[in-house]
Amino acid sequence: MNARILPYVLILPVTLFLCLFFLYPFVLVSKQAFSTGAGFTLDNFREVVSYWKFPISMQNTLLLAAAVVPVQLALALLMATMVNRMQKGRDIVLYIWTIPLGISDLAAGIIWLAIFEQSGFLNSMMSGLGIVDQPVNFLSYTHPGIVFLAIALAEIWRATAIMLVILVAGIGLIPKEYCEAAEVFGASPWKRFTRITLPMLRPSLQTALVLRVILAFEIFAVVAALGGTLFPVLMGETYAYQFDLLNSGAAAAMALIILAISIGFTLVILRVLRVPKGATI
Amino acid sequence: MSDATADAVAPDTRATGRYLYIASVVFLCAWVIVPIYFLLINTLSSPETVNSFPKPFWPEFDLGSLTFFAGFAGMLTALKNSVIVAAMTMVMSILIGAPAGYALSRFEFPGKGLFRLLILLTRAFPLPLLALPLAVMFIQTGLDDTAFGLALVHTTLAIPFAVLITFSLFSGIPMELEEAAWTLGCTRLTAFTKVVLPLILPGITASAIFAFVISWNEVFAAAVLTIENRTLTAFLLQNLDTSPLHLKFAGGFILVVPALIFIFAVRKYLFAMWGIANR
Repeated sequence: MNARILPYVLILPVTLFLCLFFLYPFVLVSKQAFSTGAGFTLDNFREVVSYWKFPISMQNTLLLAAAVVPVQLALALLMATMVNRMQKGRDIVLYIWTIPLGISDLAAGIIWLAIFEQSGFLNSMMSGLGIVDQPVNFLSYTHPGIVFLAIALAEIWRATAIMLVILVAGIGLIPKEYCEAAEVFGASPWKRFTRITLPMLRPSLQTALVLRVILAFEIFAVVAALGGTLFPVLMGETYAYQFDLLNSGAAAAMALIILAISIGFTLVILRVLRVPKGATI
Repeated sequence: MSDATADAVAPDTRATGRYLYIASVVFLCAWVIVPIYFLLINTLSSPETVNSFPKPFWPEFDLGSLTFFAGFAGMLTALKNSVIVAAMTMVMSILIGAPAGYALSRFEFPGKGLFRLLILLTRAFPLPLLALPLAVMFIQTGLDDTAFGLALVHTTLAIPFAVLITFSLFSGIPMELEEAAWTLGCTRLTAFTKVVLPLILPGITASAIFAFVISWNEVFAAAVLTIENRTLTAFLLQNLDTSPLHLKFAGGFILVVPALIFIFAVRKYLFAMWGIANR
């Protein structure tokens, strides 16, 4: 086949597929959100925003993202630098650290439920140590702080791995010569990290943060497993609109709101961590 | 030189630093493994033990919870549905994604930038949300509540990864190999099947497994798009309020097991793939 047509033939299936199942549904969801049967309207948005649960679920989602993502970033950076200087056992340590990458949010929620539930391991440990006499029901409305903590821990546990993988791959791309040169000039390990590794890692940091922040706004199953209705989040409300209230217009409006927040944050991250032109490796 | 002076001045600090380093590596490994171990204890304990207090810290190797899980109405069907959907996703995402990965690695063509943007855009997007309008579209086309319909949505999730992984795989194989095959009488197609394909088959398998895991783990779209033919994640999610603890834990464990195996199988490719994807 002609070498000029061939690449287009090869990318045609993906393009068609994404048009049909990515761009088209996107148009549909926008249409659904902006109409209630007749013409253009903002009623759906008005409805979901004025619902009493909306401010709480918005606040919860944002707070959770604000609590979880920085910790994950710090942890992933720490793990990536630790792995980088490891000589023995690098493969096995990397395997263990990336295990949560394959674990679904639902399974992660269930795993941390085993720890935090009333007859769970945290209570067992605490009563074994004599801290409490009776098992405490941590995941109830009387302990909102612990519910938040449990969800945040489960998220940190589960989703740090994706950042780790991206950062390890990114550190692998930085030429060794830079760090060696800095060492020759007497730069301390900390200085090498802040002056060379971090700036050189900017593209990877960008990818990792964008991906993580978007997924943080999509948080759903972890919350469903651990908090249930105690801790409303945006995605959970979307699901409730679709299923419990059978209001797909409102669900579509919620979807667009989540989308807008995601895009907004993506743009901010891209702007803050932008790579100067011509400064790529 | 700086090493020598540091050694002479403070050998103690150096040793402490080393112990601290090893301790934190061990601690972080435990941080990942211990919660999974707790789930394992719960899964391999009898339902009575799972609901009792306090918990033992080692499994009693009782298959009661797993038997209960297997006997729970609809659970095995859900498990089967999960496997079917994930297998379809795996096949479709590779069949559709791999040619594009090849095109990206071998050709310079107008519109390549735009195409890459489309791929990256899908990755930076809360895709499961698109299951909402698709639910309506599927009802119109008769795809609602079918494994195939859900597999189509999961393929959308997996395709960006499939394209990027295969792109990095093909880029790792020198063009000269193919050209040599052409001079020896191969056509483009036979050069591909006889030279390139055998070389990248392990990598293709890895990216197929990755697609499988993406579909296996997906909760939101599965819960929105299936009603009678629930997948395991959707089934567990739907019954979270009502199901007893031992059922949740056994179900969670069944969800985790493939993940452990699959990540082990693809571990070599994880980093290569993201290295390319960052650019």
